[in-house]
Formats: sequence, C-alpha cells, structure tokens
Amino acid sequence: MPVKILTEHINVPGINTFEVYRKMGGYTAVEKALKTMTPDEIVEEVKKSGVRGRGGAGFPMGMKWSFLAKPEGVPRYLVCNADESEPGTFKDHYLMKNNPHLLIEGMIVSSFALGANKSFIYVRGELMYVIHILEKAIAEAKAAGLLGKNILGSGYDLELVVQPGGGAYICGEETALLESLEGKRGNPRNKPPFPAVKGLYQCPTVVNNVESIANTPWIVNNGGEAYAALGVGRSTGTKLISVSGHVNKPGVYEIPLGITVEDFIYADEWCGGIRPGHHLKAVVAGGSSVPILPANLILTLANGDKRLMTYESLSDGGFATGTMLGSGGFIVMDETTCIVRNTLTFARFYHHESCGQCSPCREGTGWMDKVLDRIEHGKGNMRDIDLLVDVAKKIEGNTICPLGDAAAWPVSAAIRHFRHEFEWHVTHPLEATKPGAVYRGEMELV
Amino acid sequence: MTETTNTVAFTPERLAKAQEIIARYPDGKQKSALLPLLHLAQEQYGWVSPEVMDYVASLLSILPIEVYEVASFYTMFHLDPVGTHVIEYCRTGPCCLMGGEDAYGYLKSKLGINTGETTPDGKFTLKEVECLAACGWGPVFQIREKYYMNLTNEKIDEIIDELSKD
Repeated sequence: MPVKILTEHINVPGINTFEVYRKMGGYTAVEKALKTMTPDEIVEEVKKSGVRGRGGAGFPMGMKWSFLAKPEGVPRYLVCNADESEPGTFKDHYLMKNNPHLLIEGMIVSSFALGANKSFIYVRGELMYVIHILEKAIAEAKAAGLLGKNILGSGYDLELVVQPGGGAYICGEETALLESLEGKRGNPRNKPPFPAVKGLYQCPTVVNNVESIANTPWIVNNGGEAYAALGVGRSTGTKLISVSGHVNKPGVYEIPLGITVEDFIYADEWCGGIRPGHHLKAVVAGGSSVPILPANLILTLANGDKRLMTYESLSDGGFATGTMLGSGGFIVMDETTCIVRNTLTFARFYHHESCGQCSPCREGTGWMDKVLDRIEHGKGNMRDIDLLVDVAKKIEGNTICPLGDAAAWPVSAAIRHFRHEFEWHVTHPLEATKPGAVYRGEMELV
Repeated sequence: MTETTNTVAFTPERLAKAQEIIARYPDGKQKSALLPLLHLAQEQYGWVSPEVMDYVASLLSILPIEVYEVASFYTMFHLDPVGTHVIEYCRTGPCCLMGGEDAYGYLKSKLGINTGETTPDGKFTLKEVECLAACGWGPVFQIREKYYMNLTNEKIDEIIDELSKD
C-alpha cells in the first residue's frame, strides 16, 4: 500500500473529534516541534522535504517560508488559503470537513516555525458548515492546551482565527485574499512588495494552501528526507487529486506522485476507469485553468513514454502537447462531452470571477464568453475562432494576477486540440445546437 | 420570510457574537470583521439592505461606502430581498458534465421560475452560482449552509417537497 500522509485515518469514525484524532497519534508533531525543535530547524526540514505549494502554483514551500522578513518588533502572520474555488478542485473541502484537526495541527507547527502568534484560516464563505467544524476543532485543541497562551509550557502563544470569504474566486489569489481578510474588495495587489515583506496589515506574511500546511505534521514527525524519498524527482510526497466527470469513482484520492496517468484513470484503486460503455475523450488535469488534453496526449508523452502524475511529466511538451498538475482538479470527459460547451462554461466562470481591475482580463474574459456563446449557439463564423485565440493571447501575461492566464489557457488549449469541433459548430449550426449534440467526426478516443 | 428593516439591529445573541468577532483582530484592524458581520446580518435578515449595511458600518466605525463596495463585490451577499429558501445551483463545467443542466432544468420547471426569480409565495429564490468545490459529487446546489449533492430529479422532488412544508 502506498504511504498516506494526509488521509491515512480519514475514514476512522470520529476522527473529526480531538479525542480520536489524538488517539490515532495526532498532535505528536506539536509536542515534538515545540519541545525539541527550534523554528529554524522546522523550516529546514520543510525545505528538505521538497514539498511544493499544493494550491496550484507548485512553488517550493520551504523556500517561500525562508523569504519571510523578520524585522524586530513587527508581528508576522501565517494565513492558510482555504478559499478553494478552482473548478474541478474539492480536496481541501474534503480534508477539512473530515479531518479538521490535521489542518489545526499543521497550523500550529507552521505558525511556530514562522514565529506567528496569530494565524488565520481563510475559508470560502460557501463552506460555512466547514467553518463551524474548524471552529469546534479549534475550541477542542484550545481546551487541551494546544492553542492559546504558553502551549505545552513552551512559552509559545498562538491564536487561530477562521475567516469566511464572501463568494469570490479571485480571493484564492494570495494578495486578493489578504485584501479580503482586511475587509476590502478582493482586488489583487501589485507585486513587489511580496506578502513575505508586506502582507496582512502590511506585516510579513506567509500564505499557504490547506494541503500544503496539512503535510507539515508528517514532515516534523518523520523528517524532510523521508518525505523527499516519496515521489519522483522534484515531485516529492503525495498529492490529493480531486476527480470529477465521467469516471466510475469520482472523489478525492491521495496518490504517491509518480504513478502513471493511465493507472490513475483505469486502476480500481483510483478512478476505476471510464463509466461503462464509454471511452476517454479528454482530461483537464489540474483545475479548469490548465490546458485540456485529448486522450492520447494525457496518457502518453511525445516520445511514447507513459505520462506520469508529477509536476514535470504533466507539463512535458509545454503547452503544445502538455498541461500542468495545478491544483490536482482532475476533470475527465468521455465522448459525450461537447468541448465547445465545456469551454464556454469555463469562460463564463472566468468572466464572472474577474475582479475587473485590469482591462485585458475584465474586457477579454467578457469577449471570450460572448464569442464562445455565439459559436455554441450556432451563430459564430470562422473568424470568431481566430478571434478567441487572439483575445486569449492579449490577456495572457498582461494582468496583475494569474486570473488572466487562467482564463486564457483553457480557451486557447481547447482550440489548439479540438479546433474541428469549433469549426463544426460554425459549419453545421443546426446539428450543433440540438440538445446534447456532440461532434463525432475525427475524434480520437481511448 | 425576510424581516423588514425599519429598525435595524442585531439580536442580543448576534450582537454578542459580533463583538466577539471584532475582538479577534489586532487593535485598529476591526474592519477585518466586515465579511463575518455581513454574513451574520444576512443570517438575521435574509439579505443586506442599505440600512443593514449602514448599521454594520456603525458597528465597525467605518464609512457606509466601505461596506457598500464590499457587499457588492462578493456574490454571496443578496442586495435585494429573497425568498425563504435561496437555492444556489452550480453551473460550472464539472457539474454540467455530471448532468447539471438537466437537473437544474427540472428544478426550474418544478418551481415554475427562472434563475434570479422568486416563487410567487415567496418561498424559493433561484440563483446560479459558480463552482462550489464539490465537483465529484455533482450536480450540486446549496441552500443556506447546507450542500445538496449528487442531485437527481427524485432527490430534487424530495428536497423541494420537504422545504415546501415549512
């Protein structure tokens, strides 16, 4: 059985309570960290582990921690990004609702390592029920002396605050999240200064994803080297993958980084294959913003090798034939899926979620939504397809935050790999606009 | 039903909760309590009227405009009156792949209303929202804090019939 770092006990009845979590070995990392380690030693272990940001960017977590400025007499903050909103992604939701204490424990050791005495968990507002679960867990941990003043007699104080968002995808971007946490509109900030220097309340701040932080207790207990021994190359450890779409077993899986995509989709241990009677058509591997790949390219690299579930293998070939691991939002589509329609729902999403601050994103996402809507409804022309590519190109790289890129990539990738479907909508509007219509021409299925 | 907002004030329990929330933040940073307080206000009134926003501003000693600009940015806050049960259904790709469009079509025909509308008896309001982070359990909608997942026509019947009894 592969090692489970985050989900080993997730199905143990009552694991959401302090008592059971403790019985299963929970909070031993807090004891070890506060009683036997210095903050710098913990940072060192996290660096050695090679764990990369699990929210989507994949930036090495230990390096991010080491950038934190430490001016005398200025508070530092740790903020957990639990604003999970990237379409296709629901792993943090799953982890927090089932095993809230794992995140709390991670927040304690991480806050200690960074020298933060007040830390925040920013949860998307729609997950209010999860906020209640976390608040209950925090109260239990506090009652046990693991939060508050002088934790375990170490002299270290920590308060945890759970903050609700208000329904805005953009707040998953770390500087927008900090604006929101300060009670403002979620408009991303210009960088530099980076949050590590000027973050929450203009103080040095680290923002980390839920899954990233949840890895830290295991790293403290077992050491960074043990973590780095799992996985392949620079893709160390395990990764939570949220699976949706046309597989037999959608859900959240903790995989060892390095298994083949083919295994992940077809093995009974994971997705269990495509639903009966259907065939794989395409996959969006890392949340809606990463490039969609047709079946043959998601399973196989250009050189014929099998593609692996790692940061490097998924991005092999660049955007021409590759994609990204992103947040691990793995959306699987069979032959009943109309790529034009699916791309339209993504474009509509980004149009709705653009904060409106940068013109290329504010205007461009609207254009893409409208033009795609026109094509989907049989009113497009051939020039519209090139227009979409052109608009996507003009958004990409021209905005303060990555939402612009996130909006552009799914559109340009869909046209790159499935242009014939867009053309069919233009040339066969009557057929293409029938309910459930899908192009059945040159379609490569697996 | 939505309460009228002639004299706006939190109930004593909610006022105590609001004060506890405001005290969570460092001195001088009480504006951080804005989103939590707007949620608390919406829980009490069903929506956030200009009077409610003014009241929240007064609790935080900030300008009303600072509340208006925030409340209008975040889609969870209803700036107009809504029905007793606001059904917010996810319209994003993964839910659509799981049969969302058919399920929501059934929901609309069952309630006899379109997105953005409220049933004549004031019981149900229908809203389209973007991804609710429950993609593997789609189609999904949310009513207040509760998630309803893996929706089928039969499940929708059960949920609506149950809520119609109130």
